Amino acid sequence: MKKRLLSLLLTASLAAGLLAGCGSSAGKSKDADSVDEAGGKTAMSVEGDDVTTLNVWTFIELHQKFYTTMAEKWNEAHPDKKVKLVLSNMQYDDMHNKLSLALESGKGAPDIADIELGKFPSFTAEKDIKLLDLTDAIAPYKDDVVQSRLDIYTKDGKPYGLPTHVGTTVAFYNTDLLQEGGIDYTAIKTWDDFKKAGIAYHEKTGKEFACAETTASWMVNLMLAQKGGDYLKEDGSLDVNNAKVAEVLHIIKDMQDAGALATVPGGQPDNEEAYPHYNDGEFAVQIMPFWQTSRFTSYMKDLKGKIAIAPVPKFGDSDATWTIGGGGTGTAVVASSPNAELAAEVMAFVKLSPDANKEVWNVLGFDPVNTSVWTDKDLTENPDNQFVQFFNTKPFDTLLTMQDGIGSLKSLQDEKAPSINNVMVTEVLTNIFDNGADIQQTLDDAQSELENEFAS
Amino acid sequence: MKKLFYSQKAAPYVFVLPFVLTVLLFWIGPVFKGILLSFQDTMKNQWVGLSNYQRIMGDRIFWIAVKNSVKYTFFTLLLLIPFPMLFAVLLNSHLMKRPNLFKSIYFLPALTSVVVAGTVFRLMFGESDQALMNQLIGLFGAAPIKWLKRGDTGFFALLLLCCWRWTGVNIMYFLAGIQSIPQELYEAADIDGASKWQQFRQITIPLVKPTTIYVLTISIYAGLSMFLESFMLWKGNNSPNYIGMTIVGYLYRQGIEKRAMGYACAVGIVLLILVMVVNLIQLKVNGTFDSEEA
Repeated sequence: MKKRLLSLLLTASLAAGLLAGCGSSAGKSKDADSVDEAGGKTAMSVEGDDVTTLNVWTFIELHQKFYTTMAEKWNEAHPDKKVKLVLSNMQYDDMHNKLSLALESGKGAPDIADIELGKFPSFTAEKDIKLLDLTDAIAPYKDDVVQSRLDIYTKDGKPYGLPTHVGTTVAFYNTDLLQEGGIDYTAIKTWDDFKKAGIAYHEKTGKEFACAETTASWMVNLMLAQKGGDYLKEDGSLDVNNAKVAEVLHIIKDMQDAGALATVPGGQPDNEEAYPHYNDGEFAVQIMPFWQTSRFTSYMKDLKGKIAIAPVPKFGDSDATWTIGGGGTGTAVVASSPNAELAAEVMAFVKLSPDANKEVWNVLGFDPVNTSVWTDKDLTENPDNQFVQFFNTKPFDTLLTMQDGIGSLKSLQDEKAPSINNVMVTEVLTNIFDNGADIQQTLDDAQSELENEFAS
Repeated sequence: MKKLFYSQKAAPYVFVLPFVLTVLLFWIGPVFKGILLSFQDTMKNQWVGLSNYQRIMGDRIFWIAVKNSVKYTFFTLLLLIPFPMLFAVLLNSHLMKRPNLFKSIYFLPALTSVVVAGTVFRLMFGESDQALMNQLIGLFGAAPIKWLKRGDTGFFALLLLCCWRWTGVNIMYFLAGIQSIPQELYEAADIDGASKWQQFRQITIPLVKPTTIYVLTISIYAGLSMFLESFMLWKGNNSPNYIGMTIVGYLYRQGIEKRAMGYACAVGIVLLILVMVVNLIQLKVNGTFDSEEA
């Protein structure tokens, strides 16, 4: 009898435990959410009755402050269409993966999300794209915005993302070091000059001039665009082993062999392992998109007052373009959101209006995508601006010099772009510049690997 | 009603019910869904028959991933079973001073997060000549190595991270097993004049066999499904020339990064089959399925 009672008690307690377990776990997850809301989320406080709440996902913390500042300006200007942004900042991979799953499952997606350029094509590759076509929202600003930066977020003629910056590729020269090495950077006009200066600098000082990238392709893409080449054929089929790609890699390899370039730990200038090597003066030159400015002020502080921003070298006057935009984040609106139209209108204002673009420079140090502010000297030469203080040339003079020659690689819009980039930065570049592999053979291997991936 | 409550027959089912429910809900269900998905192309929303599996067969990177995972599993088994067993015996012997201190020290790495450990290891194995490992080999006059860019050194770093982390856990398993062996057996062997080594061979190893099989089974699974260590060591899923790509890493790449959920499911099913087959063979060879007379 005792045994029976015991077993009954046990069963009952087990069942109760099971139910309680369910209840408490559900309760807990809800608690955790609201804690998150206090911790990871920031919500604007907006007064008024008719306020629309919009959820925004970002992976860059700086964007949050920028978005709320701009949304407040929107509310001032449009009292009838007030919005309240609720911003969640997540880690880069995390945010994209969550967004991907939310869109896939149709549950839990935000109204607005920042999507990084490298991830963007995977969101527009589907048959039924779950992002909103932003053509109407962009229309008021279209004439002032750098077209190639809209193109990178465009699929079949419809733009799905709002750019943050141009990312004009520029040259950052360490003038102190170059002077010691007897190099006048203003005389560097072509890649030939660049190579000669690099060899001379390396021979005189024993230090490195610039880096041969192995984990990114900022300079490779720049040279490829200048040569009028690309990774895809006109019809969109894979063509990474074409003569122009090989030619560009040969040019870089020659520079490396001659001593003008060397590989840097971390593989590229925008890398935690590489920053100290630039900061300590072991490398003198960076060919990088303009947003590298913010890395200088955050991670290479010792270089304050020593860096000149100059136009990138060319091959010659017949180049297809002078420079290209590199990197970027496109703000997208989720089509299924009940407030999608309003969200699009607000975000176009937040990211593309002249006011917004002033903030982009002031707060983030990026080259604004709305070029109408580029000529506003009060803004671009403001002596209180930390970026103006950091560099010893006027940053926007360089941008304005190249303004009409900012192109892009067409393949960046293609759904194959992430895979191509992947193969380039994990195999092709490291095999060629780290391991000295044969260029054509490496490219042929890359081509066949990609063909296999996209065979179906 | 009362009969049902007191029923000797029903009780066992009630007791195993939570487990069965969990397995059905969180294992069988997803596996079944995964099998269905593996015959689809989720980007185009259509059924594609066997084409995902055909693609796997000709997918060079998938096979690199399989090779890496198998190699990794093999070496972890080679290192993480004999050595922890040996350490456990040492920790258990009276010759050992302060065994509890050493137990804690061995176990400590298991309490750290892989994310933190991976990041620290990445910096230790950095390319710069100031990175710890390069300083270390510099003492012997060797030139700095790009550790995480070469297949052999990268694999070494991965294996070191794994051993550092899991040795302590396996020691705990073996300690528990060894301590459950009756002391009389050793005493009897002592009287019979058996050496320590003979005692280890003839008593300890056979009697901790259930523990060994358990550790072997979970190690095979853990080795083949390893992902996070590689992900953290190479700061993402992109190791040069795929030297750190594992099967689950490839599944993650296809399903999450490239959003090809159908193909990723096919990869997952292949992994499931692989783990099942290896473990079934292993359990069969070890005689786990034989009737429990012995």
